[in-house]
Amino acid sequence: MTNEALQNLISSWIPELEFTEEGSQFLNITVKPQQLHQLLSQLKSNIETQFDYLFCLSGVDYEKSLGVVYHLESTTHRHILVVKVETEDRENPTFDSVCDIWKTAEFHEREVFDFFGIKFNNHPNLKRLFLTDEWVGFPLRKDYVDEINMVIK
Amino acid sequence: MDTTIKNSNLKSEEYFINMGPQHPATHGVLRLLLTIDGEIIKKVEPDLGYIHRSIEKMCERDSYQQIVHLTDRMDYLSSHINNEAVCLTVENALQIEVPERVKVIRTIIGELTRIASHCLWWGVMGMDVGALTTYFYGFRDREMINDIFEETCGARLTMNYNLPGGLMFDIHPNFVKRTKDFIAHFKTKLSEYDTLLTGNIIFQKRMKGVGILTKEDAISYGASGPVGRGSGYSCDVRKYHPYSALDKVTFNESLKTDGDSFARYQVRIQEMWESMAIIEQLIDNIPEGDYQTATNAVIKLPKGEFYQKVETARGELGVYIVSTGTKNPYRLKFRSPGFSNLSLLNHIAVGGKIGDLVATMATLDLVIPDIDR
Repeated sequence: MTNEALQNLISSWIPELEFTEEGSQFLNITVKPQQLHQLLSQLKSNIETQFDYLFCLSGVDYEKSLGVVYHLESTTHRHILVVKVETEDRENPTFDSVCDIWKTAEFHEREVFDFFGIKFNNHPNLKRLFLTDEWVGFPLRKDYVDEINMVIK
Repeated sequence: MDTTIKNSNLKSEEYFINMGPQHPATHGVLRLLLTIDGEIIKKVEPDLGYIHRSIEKMCERDSYQQIVHLTDRMDYLSSHINNEAVCLTVENALQIEVPERVKVIRTIIGELTRIASHCLWWGVMGMDVGALTTYFYGFRDREMINDIFEETCGARLTMNYNLPGGLMFDIHPNFVKRTKDFIAHFKTKLSEYDTLLTGNIIFQKRMKGVGILTKEDAISYGASGPVGRGSGYSCDVRKYHPYSALDKVTFNESLKTDGDSFARYQVRIQEMWESMAIIEQLIDNIPEGDYQTATNAVIKLPKGEFYQKVETARGELGVYIVSTGTKNPYRLKFRSPGFSNLSLLNHIAVGGKIGDLVATMATLDLVIPDIDR
């Protein structure tokens, strides 16, 4: 499907989604945290979209907010879509897990939890993946400080 | 004396065992926590981070030229392709058109890298399952590629031959001849690989029906590269999102539908033949021209987001850059193939024996620095 057709179809499911293609080679959707799981599971199960391949799941610290970016591709239709979700809660940022939709999300969400401190509801095994359990702080956040180990130019 | 056990109320109990971090079959510092019942695996939990260097955080501090050097240290067996991925992302963001010569040379060296990586994989995989000879055969042929690389750019493993806008230097005058010599040599040797190992009945018994991954699971776990293609999942980035000179060559995507360790093995052997076919199509027609386009000394990417996929020897590598218009990326994420391929290990190893786990891991072809970025 073309980006335009995708936008028309998806906006008919859930109102209030923000679509943009500015500054990106893909179609980007920004969704509210409470609608995230519904949107993503529909994107996978709908016969016209069939986004069955989650090829990248990244955490991003936007300073004002923390976000997760989902890069999706359909192995049938070969179209690509980017879904973004953000929260301004830096103390206890939480989104719904998508492990039940794509199994690859289990490791990727653990990585995001490890480095950004973003929690995922209903994740089967949410604990640190690379760092030790005693580690304090979340290194990929922009406000993380480690005066001993970080070389800052 | 009667030693048969009369009482059949013996209970078995699950217990924990550590595999690694220095177990030779883990190829690097990967620690697996195994829950086993006798010899049957109940659960495999990877414990990562022993060589994590936080490359993504370092990238936020470094310039784009410096980032290219860091990518060598991820999947060190695909160093050239990793470099290329970052360079392509930067070039696409700046809308730089690199000369045709650069595209062709990048593709040739990328395929040579793939052959070298698969040679090493074949050697150590054979060793993992008890066939020590493969190690010497694989390394003998890989050595010739490393010599070509050394003559081209001075390095044998962490190449750093790419930079945004092109290549560091032009190819060595001997490059074409030596590459052709290698192809002629390797064509006779690659069929020996099959004679030595593929048809071996002991080897086949270790591989067939072990570590089965279905196509649906392969997609759901984000498998890519030979791991996905061994399950009949057509996922070659070179076919679906061609980059550099890959749109000018014809080659077959190697696919097997069995999904077991033997299928993954066959896919990689087939891929070496296909890589040779790609090199042969390009090596006689390297276009004349510059080996780089001039870029600014300080590269600043426009504000926005950029994504580039490439096919390394292990699968799909993604580079995701979020730029705010400064000389450093605001956020850079590497989607590494090994990370997703490792995540499915528990799924395919449960129910098998410890010896099967070693064979399965060998055909996943994990490179740990690629997982611990």
